Amino acid sequence: MDFWFFLEVLIGGLLSGVMYSLVALGFVLIFKASGVFNFAQGAMVLFAALTFVRLVEYGVPMIGAAVLTMIVMVILAIVVERLVLRPLVNQDLIILFMATIGLNYFIEGMAQTVWDSNVHVLDLGIDEYAAFEVGQAFINKFDVMAAGVAGALVLVLSLFFQYTAIGRALRAVADDHQGALSVGIPLRHIWIYVWSTAGLVALVAGLVWGSKLGVQFAISTVALKAIPVLIIGGFTSIPGAIIGGLIVGSGEKLAEVYLGPFVGGAIENWFPYMLAMVVLMIRPQGIFGEKIIERV
Amino acid sequence: MRFIDLLTKVVFVFMTFTFALALAGEHFVPVTVYRTGPYAVTGAPAANGIVDYLKMINARDGGIGGIKIAYEECETAYKPDRFIECYERLKNKGEAGATLFHPFGTGLTYSVIDRVPDDKVPLITMGYGRTDATDGRVFPWVFPLMVNYWSLSTAKIKFIGSLEGGMDNLKGLKIANIYHDSAYGRETGPVLKKQSELYGFELAQFPVAHPGIDQKATWLNIRRYKPDYIILRGWGVMNSTALKEAARTRFPADKIIGVTWSCSEQDTMPAGKAATGYRCSRMTGAGSDYPVFKDIVKYVHDKGNGTGPIEEMTTHLYKIGVLSSILTVESIRTAMQKYGNKPMSGEEVRWGIENLNIDEARIAALGATGFISPLKVSCEDHEGQGKVKFARWNGTEFESASDWIETDQSIVRPMIEASAAAYAADNGISIGCN
Repeated sequence: MDFWFFLEVLIGGLLSGVMYSLVALGFVLIFKASGVFNFAQGAMVLFAALTFVRLVEYGVPMIGAAVLTMIVMVILAIVVERLVLRPLVNQDLIILFMATIGLNYFIEGMAQTVWDSNVHVLDLGIDEYAAFEVGQAFINKFDVMAAGVAGALVLVLSLFFQYTAIGRALRAVADDHQGALSVGIPLRHIWIYVWSTAGLVALVAGLVWGSKLGVQFAISTVALKAIPVLIIGGFTSIPGAIIGGLIVGSGEKLAEVYLGPFVGGAIENWFPYMLAMVVLMIRPQGIFGEKIIERV
Repeated sequence: MRFIDLLTKVVFVFMTFTFALALAGEHFVPVTVYRTGPYAVTGAPAANGIVDYLKMINARDGGIGGIKIAYEECETAYKPDRFIECYERLKNKGEAGATLFHPFGTGLTYSVIDRVPDDKVPLITMGYGRTDATDGRVFPWVFPLMVNYWSLSTAKIKFIGSLEGGMDNLKGLKIANIYHDSAYGRETGPVLKKQSELYGFELAQFPVAHPGIDQKATWLNIRRYKPDYIILRGWGVMNSTALKEAARTRFPADKIIGVTWSCSEQDTMPAGKAATGYRCSRMTGAGSDYPVFKDIVKYVHDKGNGTGPIEEMTTHLYKIGVLSSILTVESIRTAMQKYGNKPMSGEEVRWGIENLNIDEARIAALGATGFISPLKVSCEDHEGQGKVKFARWNGTEFESASDWIETDQSIVRPMIEASAAAYAADNGISIGCN
């Protein structure tokens, strides 16, 4: 019995971890393309999910709502590029980071002002309570499907970054803004592409988390779970976001179940940060991150 | 430039004077709310209920004893630091200063509990806050009115006892307490432990880290523990997530008993079918078919002055907001009986709260028969011994699941006195009534 219980905790943790990775992916995309840690990614998840669910409530079919939400996210990307990023080209990264903190509060407030702050039920037609039985362990089908979606997204994004011209341009911009500009890469367009892609990832993450929790402000706090995922997996690696998510998800669940009772419980919020701290001490760039070598 | 400078000063003086005049001759009620942040979902309807009732009193009765109520909202986002800022900003506002504060949060209450004796502004912490503040001999400025956390806990266990066919049948049962890992969540630990010793049930405690969006590990632990009943002591998103996780782990919803702060439609609606059969406690009666609500519709919503959507009026948290404003108004009214027809100060309202006596006749006059239980406050008892009802979610709405249940003061009172005495000793407070 204990083995099956351990297996269930482990698999449940891994599946939760994939859900964190979904949010972490949005961070990775923007970091890869601009070197900026986008503090507003959680707010983007909330805004995308709220836009989608409100459109559905107004009678727009789901596919139409997804397309319209994506258009809204592209508009948001254009506005962010024009009003926030463009005036800050070649500024220190810390200034861009500070700008995204402001952006986070703005998007959170805007999302709740434009739509509202109520809980909205999001039914994607997936039975949340159906489960597989593996031996004596229950594996939830919804979590497995969410993991499948995240896996597919990672695959598509990896191929996009590796094999398309835009993907290569994104990587060039991440390495050196001015260098990329000098070889003719349009920095402004690239930032719009990448923020739009992060908007798509936010929409997918918002749909998955929104159908699990109901669409409400709390889903923006999922971003806090993504931070240790990024530190462990590496800020620049898409597969790293997945591996980091798996480590965080399984680690926090196993810790809560097996260590929690000895230290009073409720440790799953801080345990991943402790893991991240250990990784920072051993490998600061994360397991899959690019090692930074600077000439002196 | 000189002319513009002069004009600016004149406008400033005029505005200050106009604002002071506007507040002169009015009771000032600060309304600290949270319409933003992770708990906005629950904060907004409560805030709307608070404000709608005050608007109704002004519109229907011309205020209290002919003196209008001036109120000002301040956004706390359910954060103690923001609440302190609101408290400091509003405590001296109005002709006689703030009448009282409702912090609307246990952490928020703790953040100013040491300040209120110096500022002479009372706190009403209706159904939340520091439980031992019920002993007014030690905490003269704090009022956990209606039902404090520990009293509520005794009603919960009584209710579970009634489901099992008597309190004797609690012996040998396994009860799990799933709580928000915060000052609010941890508050009932001691009384539950006491009750488990008294009735012989086994108690296991499961904290859930804020905000509680992922509780898989907790529920796996619970499945392993195999409890007979679960007490759900959550807040915000933690509640609906818990109900969903319960369904995923095949734990029946009708064996989950929630507390007052886990009993809103905002908790059950997102959980969908997983919440059907779930029961939880309330300080108010079911539905909103009471004269007081009809007056809010007539004098506020029908005039186009409703603070939120009219459909919200049937929800639990809106009703909590109305109840808290009823207590505000009745406290000021009681104070005016002693101090006369003038804007009341915090010190005067403190006396009003301590002498509140809302009996059945007064409840009928308020148009709230069946909506609230009687309440009688004294120096020794800052709670007033309100009663508790339980509600059951039938899939679309909450329906009544019990009559009014009395709390068990034989368990609670000695614990309150012991805890308050320890606080008094630590802080050099002499115990007694003025």
